[in-house]
Amino acid sequence: MNVKTLTSAIALTLAAGATQAETGLIVGIQLEPPHLDPTSAAAGAIDQVLYSNVFEGLTRFGPDGSVNPGLAESWEISEDGLTYTFKLHEGVTFHDGTTMDADDVVFSLDRARAEDSANAQKALFAEIKTVEAVDPSTVRVTLSSANGSFLFNMAWGDAVIVATESIEDIKTMPIGTGAFKFSNWVQGDQIELVRNENYWGTPASLESATFKFISDPTAAFAAMMAEDVDVFYSYPAPENLPQFEADPRFEVLVGSSEGETILSTNNLMEPFTDIRVRKALAHAIDRQAIIDGAMFGLGTPIGTHFAPHNPDYVDLTANSQYDPELAKSLLAEAGYPDGFTTTLKLPPPSYARRGGEIIASQLRAVGIQTEISNLEWAQWLEQVFRGKDFGLTIVSHTEPFDIGIYARPDYYFQYDNPDFQKLIADLTAETDPAKRSELIAMAQTIISNDYVNVYLFQLAVPTVVKAGVQGIWPDAPTQAIDLTVVSWSK
Amino acid sequence: MARYFLIRLVSLVISLIVASVVIFSLIEIIPGDPAAFMLGINAQEDTVAALRAELGLDVSPVTRYFEWIGGMMTGDFGTSYTYRTPVTEMIGERLWISLPLALIALALSTLIAFPVGILAASRRGSMTDTVIMGFTQLGVAIPNFWFAMLMVLVFAINLRWFSAGGFPGWDEGFLAGLKALTLPAVSLALPQASILARVMRSALVDTLDEDFMRTARAKGLNRRQAIWRHALRNAMIPVLTIIGLQFSFLLAGAIIIENVFFLPGLGRLIFQAISQRDLIVVESVVMLLVFAVIVVNFAVDIAYALVDPRLRRQA
Repeated sequence: MNVKTLTSAIALTLAAGATQAETGLIVGIQLEPPHLDPTSAAAGAIDQVLYSNVFEGLTRFGPDGSVNPGLAESWEISEDGLTYTFKLHEGVTFHDGTTMDADDVVFSLDRARAEDSANAQKALFAEIKTVEAVDPSTVRVTLSSANGSFLFNMAWGDAVIVATESIEDIKTMPIGTGAFKFSNWVQGDQIELVRNENYWGTPASLESATFKFISDPTAAFAAMMAEDVDVFYSYPAPENLPQFEADPRFEVLVGSSEGETILSTNNLMEPFTDIRVRKALAHAIDRQAIIDGAMFGLGTPIGTHFAPHNPDYVDLTANSQYDPELAKSLLAEAGYPDGFTTTLKLPPPSYARRGGEIIASQLRAVGIQTEISNLEWAQWLEQVFRGKDFGLTIVSHTEPFDIGIYARPDYYFQYDNPDFQKLIADLTAETDPAKRSELIAMAQTIISNDYVNVYLFQLAVPTVVKAGVQGIWPDAPTQAIDLTVVSWSK
Repeated sequence: MARYFLIRLVSLVISLIVASVVIFSLIEIIPGDPAAFMLGINAQEDTVAALRAELGLDVSPVTRYFEWIGGMMTGDFGTSYTYRTPVTEMIGERLWISLPLALIALALSTLIAFPVGILAASRRGSMTDTVIMGFTQLGVAIPNFWFAMLMVLVFAINLRWFSAGGFPGWDEGFLAGLKALTLPAVSLALPQASILARVMRSALVDTLDEDFMRTARAKGLNRRQAIWRHALRNAMIPVLTIIGLQFSFLLAGAIIIENVFFLPGLGRLIFQAISQRDLIVVESVVMLLVFAVIVVNFAVDIAYALVDPRLRRQA
């Protein structure tokens, strides 16, 4: 009798635990944010936790990467594309109760573009000439030159609206306007958000959301299997995915990211100054073999620096078909019949480390020897990115719509093509969508034909979710985990 | 005794000064700029320069060394570059996990090792001895991270008795905290217990052959009394040495176990800080660990003198 009572008591407790869990969500991510200010660091983890959930911008990204109204309910653009007049939502308050109005927008944008700003994406604000509050719910932004990407730029996590009153402590106590409020940060372990009951828009379905930081792939597997976490975003051990797919307790979402993974080539270093050598590299590499071997089949081959899920994408993979014989003859033509030796510097992510080994062996097959060195990120930034001391490197460029980096001759791969720079300048100034698409297609084609880098594949984002969790974005148009539309199915 | 104590104390201070210089210069030499790391690949040069100035990285290393040392004397370890919180606070929080974890693991290891080692030594050559030595051999050989994963598999994934990792914080209650540290402490303790048991056994076996043991038995003590009163105390020196080394190892070396169980301890803090080039945190945590190791060694030296009166007189 006693045993029976005890068992039913335990069963009840367990059941209570289960129902309680379904109003909150625990999300596992690999990296912990260094601090909680999305406007002063590049760390993707800050946006993952806070973007859209706690902080909002004038515009915001939708699940497909489209730019939608955010704190601005509408806007007008002048004929010449230089003046943007934003109409703000009325009655929006920050989590500390202060009102969000035009002055906060002026403050946020001025702060981001100030002389001493620590904004990691300061270039987003480069064209802004003035920001004025017309009235409490209207903001006028004047640009020095037209920028067709301005609304897109304002959707970035680095352009969210912050309050004058709470900026002092933003790094540890972020106060935004979003559907979730920051609640607690157990450093090294987790960050908790709770639902904002006074949210101006559609309130979140979840009462609370907890982000847990689990960096080790094996620990991530254990935490998911033990159901300690409900969602693991960007799951780090793709080799376990089939096991989750086979388990009815879980679901696996494989989405596309903005990460163009490329074999970056130092265009100013011999012998890569010769386009025939760069073309030989492109033909020496079997993209599918890398995707299968290094990424467990996750990833889409690309032929240019552009995301395949974008409507403006042009499929140029045919430009760099796997053809080792052609690669050898191109090398011979360029004066390297016996190949040459170069460096291959690899940052820590597995796409680079595992992919690097495969690429090295594929290059060896056409006569190119590589000296592989494994670098930490800080070393990579110093040697490769800033020092430009490398022959080849593998890196995933995760910023959305970043083809413009090819117009910067001092960028680490050092591609200097005045025609391309002119094209990007035209594109920036163009506001007509049809003409923009045309220019974007031309840009993709130029860099593909010039074989600036070897375009390998678009990085996939695998996310493991517990059955019953709905509304997680499968794709990653920006580094965000938007939980405002996530719910548990009844 | 006072002289012995004084000599040890002077050597402690010298070790600390040398360590601080070595740590600071080594960390200054490693390539990588914290400001550039934090701002990522799209940052503009002027932004990086602004952040360097904000972090105080634009002054000379010598000035920074003395600021660091001066701050530490008053308990101020500076402010983390990445987290922008006082390092003292960060270390304090992490220490509340690492220290209990190390202590629990050490206690477990000692509680297992002593009886097992004593039993094996007193039944030397018997079946019990062979079986115990076989198991400790296995315990030494098994890597603790592998054992940890095995425990997660059994107790977290299959039985669901524990969560697979993480630490709820002591605010959630003493028991919740203890529960979260149980599996990590056991995984840490097992190999340590095996080593300690083997040391205990061989030290005890050595003393059992000593003349004074025969004398003890001759004056009428039974075997057990002789072991407890005479052999054990004489076997303690090597055992204390190992315990001291193990405590230092457990405090600093739990990093792999902290990763397996995603515990926010000191090991993981230092690991994260190195990859983020949060130099001030790395310097301070390493210095603290060196301090802990040196102090533990000092304490062990003092303990030697307590258990062995000959050492007191020699010094």
